[in-house]
Amino acid sequence: MTTAVLGQDTRPVGRGRPGVRSTLTGGSALGLGIAMIWFSLLVLIPLAAIVATAGKDGWSGYVDTLTNPQTWAAIKLTVGQSALVTAVNVVMGTLIAWVLVRDRFWGRGLLDLVIDIPFAMPTIVAGLVLLGLYGPKGPLGINVANTRTSVTLALAFVTLPFIVRTVQPVLAELDADVEEAAASLGAGRLTILRRLVLPSLVPAIAAGAALSFARAISEYGSLVLLSGMLPYKTEVVSVRVLSFIEGGDQTSAAALATIMLFVALFVIVVLDIIQRRVARRG
Amino acid sequence: MVELSTPVKWALRLVVLGYVFLLVGWPMITLAQNAFADGLASFQAAFSDPDVVHAMIVTIEISLWAVAINTVFGVGMALLLVRYEFPGKRALSALIDLPMSVSPVVIGLALLLVYNGRTGWFGPSLESHGIVVIFNSPGMIMATCFVSLPLVVREVVPVLTEIGDDQEQAATSLGANALQTLRRITLPAIKWAVVYGVVLTLARSLGEFGALKIVSGNLTGQTQTAPLVVEQKYNNFAQGEAYAVSFILVLISVLCIVVVSMLRPKENTS
Repeated sequence: MTTAVLGQDTRPVGRGRPGVRSTLTGGSALGLGIAMIWFSLLVLIPLAAIVATAGKDGWSGYVDTLTNPQTWAAIKLTVGQSALVTAVNVVMGTLIAWVLVRDRFWGRGLLDLVIDIPFAMPTIVAGLVLLGLYGPKGPLGINVANTRTSVTLALAFVTLPFIVRTVQPVLAELDADVEEAAASLGAGRLTILRRLVLPSLVPAIAAGAALSFARAISEYGSLVLLSGMLPYKTEVVSVRVLSFIEGGDQTSAAALATIMLFVALFVIVVLDIIQRRVARRG
Repeated sequence: MVELSTPVKWALRLVVLGYVFLLVGWPMITLAQNAFADGLASFQAAFSDPDVVHAMIVTIEISLWAVAINTVFGVGMALLLVRYEFPGKRALSALIDLPMSVSPVVIGLALLLVYNGRTGWFGPSLESHGIVVIFNSPGMIMATCFVSLPLVVREVVPVLTEIGDDQEQAATSLGANALQTLRRITLPAIKWAVVYGVVLTLARSLGEFGALKIVSGNLTGQTQTAPLVVEQKYNNFAQGEAYAVSFILVLISVLCIVVVSMLRPKENTS
């Protein structure tokens, strides 16, 4: 489901070079104008407002907000957990994609469907769903509620589809001939996987990892009920931003939000570079 | 193609299915068990509460508005990005994806800073003209549009790129005007891509939590949406009702996924 959103070939590639002359006609220029006004009012101006508000107290105010011990703890927790979950996804996501593409068994269609559920499920419900199994009244007798493990669990849940859905189409389109040629030349299975299959999956894995990391850094809804949002323990950055907003401290909220915004921008740039490189090679 | 040995194949299957079952499958089953723990009692309790019913209606209204706006914007933007050249196109194409990786909380804050009635950039002058954005439906619709902005664009762009513009040029050379070409040629060709985009946008809109919590003010019986009701019910020890409302929301989102996977051509199964 998310392939087209996250896949390699969703952008119009190769035509938009800098310095290209406009081919807009009167009607399409008007359309672009209206679309840009809406896009600016909705996205660009509000995001600019965050950067502007963050700078209100100057550089020292900015640094003070971020080095506040509670905020710093939240940043460390969020980055650490997001990196951990992304690492898990790199392994599990690639394995899931492999099984979905190369294996045939009863129930594979269902597995393909289930992978998309975290993407479409309301985040608050995601937290509630995990709480049902891994909470105080869970049938397994495991209770991770209000612990750091709950943060890992929630982030792993919401980021599950990303690497699967970027790797899957690339794996499906890999040329079987090349693998057969390698095999006929005496390459073992492990060599083929390591030297042929894995290298061609790296751009897709990197793109999925970038999306997964961005999503994990920004997660809020699924942590509300599950993590308990305990300061210094399970409080993540977005929870901290929200408590600044509720406390009326918009400047601090904006200061912390700029970091998240720059992570998001960085991910977009990384994805753009990967996509251009793959398009050029293909 | 590399054929794995049978034990490795089975081990991989086991690891993958076990991971997905423990992370998604079993928790979903537990949700259904919790929702139906007292038969239909939780559902009756939830839906006899006027605030819950109101929240459901608000969620549907806001989502439909967001879907309508994003569909028009998405199809228009996809046409512009694929069929025309203009300076800044690459930057615009990348920026459209930004909402997918920006935190809902940051989105809520961003809209709050610009449109709140006291200190916002545009808020006070809009309110002097009688337009209240924050803690009101316009802000909620904007937040929902923001979070689901790229979904239609990203579905339509690859299809438009693939079909090319031969038919459109043929239609134009036979004397069709721009509107006729759009209605008779382009829209029918991208119909299914638009449908996927709409269904995904709907699923995303119905479930939005973080951004709406900030811009709606979470006023019970007024601007509260269904996901916000789930949080409130759970924290007020009405857990059965929280599970019941969640079950309905999950049902809708699973339905959306099933619809998309049935409509989408089977590109990955060949």
